[in-house]
Amino acid sequence: MSVRALRVYYGTLRGTVRAVDGVSLDIGAGEVLGLVGESGCGKSTLGRGILGLLPEGAASDGEVLYNGQNLVTMSDKELRGLRGPELGLIFQEPMTRLNPLMRIEEHFAETLKQHEPSLDNREVRRRSLETLGRMGIPPTRFRQYPHEFSGGMRQRIMIALALVLRPKLLIADEPTTSLDVIVEAQILRILADLREDFGTALLLITHNLGIVAEACDRVAVMYAGQIVEEGSARQVFSEPAHPYTRELLRSTISLDTTKLHSIPGAPPNLIAPPSGCRFHPRCPDAMHVCVTKAPIEQALDGSRRVLCWLHGPAGEVPDDGWSQLERQQIAVAEEA
Amino acid sequence: MSALESPQEDVLVSVRGLKTYYSLRGSFGQRLVGREAGHVKAVDDVSFDLYRGEVLGLVGESGSGKTTLGRTLLGLVPATEGTVTFEGEEITHKSERDLRALRRRMQIVFQDPHASLNPAMTIEQSVGHPLTIHRIARGGEYRRRVSEALETVGLAPAEQFLDKYPSDLSGGQKQRAVIARAIILNPLLLVADEPVSMLDMSVRAKILELMLNLKREFRFTYLYITHDLATAKFFCDRIAILYLGRIVEMGPSAAIYDDPKHPYTKALLRAIPEPDPLRSVPRDLPRGEVPDAASPPLGCSFHPRCSVAFEVCGWESRDLRDLLEIRWAQLSEAEFEAERSTIGDIVPLDAPSTSFRLAAGSGREGGDVLTLLETIRRETPDEPFWKGVRKLTAADRYVEVELFTPLVPRLLPLGSSQVECHLYDHDALQEAGNRRAETL
Repeated sequence: MSVRALRVYYGTLRGTVRAVDGVSLDIGAGEVLGLVGESGCGKSTLGRGILGLLPEGAASDGEVLYNGQNLVTMSDKELRGLRGPELGLIFQEPMTRLNPLMRIEEHFAETLKQHEPSLDNREVRRRSLETLGRMGIPPTRFRQYPHEFSGGMRQRIMIALALVLRPKLLIADEPTTSLDVIVEAQILRILADLREDFGTALLLITHNLGIVAEACDRVAVMYAGQIVEEGSARQVFSEPAHPYTRELLRSTISLDTTKLHSIPGAPPNLIAPPSGCRFHPRCPDAMHVCVTKAPIEQALDGSRRVLCWLHGPAGEVPDDGWSQLERQQIAVAEEA
Repeated sequence: MSALESPQEDVLVSVRGLKTYYSLRGSFGQRLVGREAGHVKAVDDVSFDLYRGEVLGLVGESGSGKTTLGRTLLGLVPATEGTVTFEGEEITHKSERDLRALRRRMQIVFQDPHASLNPAMTIEQSVGHPLTIHRIARGGEYRRRVSEALETVGLAPAEQFLDKYPSDLSGGQKQRAVIARAIILNPLLLVADEPVSMLDMSVRAKILELMLNLKREFRFTYLYITHDLATAKFFCDRIAILYLGRIVEMGPSAAIYDDPKHPYTKALLRAIPEPDPLRSVPRDLPRGEVPDAASPPLGCSFHPRCSVAFEVCGWESRDLRDLLEIRWAQLSEAEFEAERSTIGDIVPLDAPSTSFRLAAGSGREGGDVLTLLETIRRETPDEPFWKGVRKLTAADRYVEVELFTPLVPRLLPLGSSQVECHLYDHDALQEAGNRRAETL
C-alpha cells in the first residue's frame, strides 16, 4: 500500500477543515506501522481516508495505491469489493460494531458468505472456529450473543471477524482505548503477532506512544494533518528528529517519569492552520524561517524522513531565517 | 513525619470494614415473590486511613470497586456496613441534610469533564454553584470568589472565561473549571476520580501539575482514583491496589513500585505500555479478565488468573470449565470434537463448587473422561489448577472431582506494606504443604 499526497478536506459552516493535508506513506507487506499524534491531528481521518470511508461533505484527492489500483478514484462498488477480503478495519468500541441480536456464528457466516459466496457451511464453520481459536475464543461459545462476552473478548471477536477474510492490510483505530491495562496488553500481543500468524500488515492508529513502541516496526508522527516524522520505531523513539516527536515523548507519563513535562498550547484549528511550519507556535526550537516558509521534507539516515527546518535544506533558508524565534508566553487560555 | 507522633490527630479520614453492596434486581417473578437475586459486593470489607496532606492512590481495573469506594466515602452511595470517619465524625449514618454541610469540606472531581459541567450554565454559574447552594456569597463577593478560583486553576484572566459556556472550552480547560468548582469552598479532602484519563497525553501533565501545586498551596488531602499506575506513581504518596472490591496490596509508593508483592500488582506493572523501543510486548500476562463481581471466584478472587496460585487459593468447578475451553480454543476442529463428545454437559460447572461431577458424553463412560483429564494434566503439568485437585474418581457415567477446600486470604502486614495473598501467609503455606502430603 502506498499513499501519495493524500488530502482529505471537510466542508463545515466555518470553513474547510484540512484534516489530512498532503500525506505520503508506505506500508509494506506484513509490516506494522504506528500512526501517532494528539487528538484532532487527523489520524483517524487518514485511516478512514485510506479505505475510502469518509462521511458526506468530505472530499479527497491524491493517490492510495494498492496492487496498482488507485483507491481514491475507484467507484464505491469496486471499493466495497476490496474492503474485507483485502483491507480490514478495527474500531474503538467493539460493542457498538457487533449486532446484539446476532449470534457470533451468524456474524461470521454473514461476513464470509458476503465476500466468498462459494463457501459451504462446513467450510464457513471451520474457517470461523480456526480464526476465533487463534484469538483465544473457544468453540463452545460460538453460538453465544455479543452481550455474553467481556470487553476484551468482544475486541478479540472483532479482530477475528476482520481476519477471517485474510486481509492483506488491517487498519486498527485506537483498538485498545476502552480496555483495562492487562487486557490491552493481551490485545497488543495479538496485534504484534499478526504478521507471523496471518501475514497481515497493520496500520495501528493511537495516541499512546507506549503502545507504538511495543508493537510497531515503524512509526509515523502526525501533526495538524501532516506527517512530520517517520522512521523505524527504535530510531524515532531513541533519537527523535522532529521537536514535536521529542516533546510528545517527553510529555508521556510512564513509570520512568521523574518530572512532568507538557507541550504548551494546543493543536491548531485546521481551518486556518499557522503559516510556515504548523508546529512553530508551540515549538521550543522555532526559528524565523519557520514562521514564513513551510518546511521541506528531508530524508535522514536510513529510511527516515522529517519535516522540519532544523534538518534543512540549508540552501532554502534565508540569511535572516536561522535566528531563534522570540517566544511569546502561551497562556492557558489557548491550551487544549 | 508528624503522623507518627500523633497519628489520631493527623488522620483525616478513617475507613473501617467498609462494605458497599448493590442488590441485583432479578427477574419480575423473583421480585413478585419477594426473593432477592443476590448482590454485587462492589466494596467488600475495606479498611484504611487517609492522613492530612497526603495523596492516596486507589488503583484498580474496571469493576474493582474503586469508584464506588470513593463515592461511599463522600456519602454519595450508602454504605452497607462499616464506618467512615471524617475529622473524627462518623458519617455513614448521617442524613442527607447533615451530609450536605459536610460536603463543604469534601469535594469530588469526576472523570469526564465534558459531562460534569452543565452545558446550559456559564462557567461563572457552574464554578460558583457551590457558593449559591451553601448560601455563602452573592453579588460582588460571589463574582470575586469565582474569579479568584478560576485564576487559581490557571484560567486567567478570569474575565475571559466567566461568561463562556462549557462548549467554548477545550477538554483541559473544562477540567480546570471542574477543579475550580471543587476548590471554591476550600475543602479539606478532594476525591479525584480519573481526572486525567479522558485527556490527551500532552494535557495530562498540565492537570497533574496543577493538582500538585494546589496541594502544596492549600494542603489538600487527595484520594486519587485511577486505573493508571504510571500517573499514580508520580502523584501518590501511598497506593492501595483494589481487585474485585478488596484491597489486595497497600503501601508507600516506593514499596509498591520497586518491590511489588501481590501477583496482581506485578502483572499490572508489567502490562503498562512503555515508550521504550527496546522493550517488547510482555508474554507472561495473566489470562482472562476481571470476573463478574456478582459471583466472584471462591477463595482469592485473583486465583483464576494467577500463574503462581496453589492448593488453597480457591480452585473450583468454574476453573475446570475455563481450563477445558482455553484448551479447546487451541485445538483443531477434529480434535475438539473428539474431546467435546467425551465430556457431557459442562454448564453445571458454572455453579461454583469444590466437589462436583463431570459428566460423560452420550455413549461414553466415566473412565473415558478420567483418561482425558489425565491426558490434559500430563500435557499441561504447569497449569496451576492441577495443584488444587485432591482426587479424581471415575464412576459409571461421570468423574467425581474433589478439590481442596479454599482458604480466604487475609490482608497481612509485610515490611512497610500490607498484602492479601496466600504466598505471604505462613499458615496458608503450611496448610497447602499438609494437603500436598495428604495426596501423596
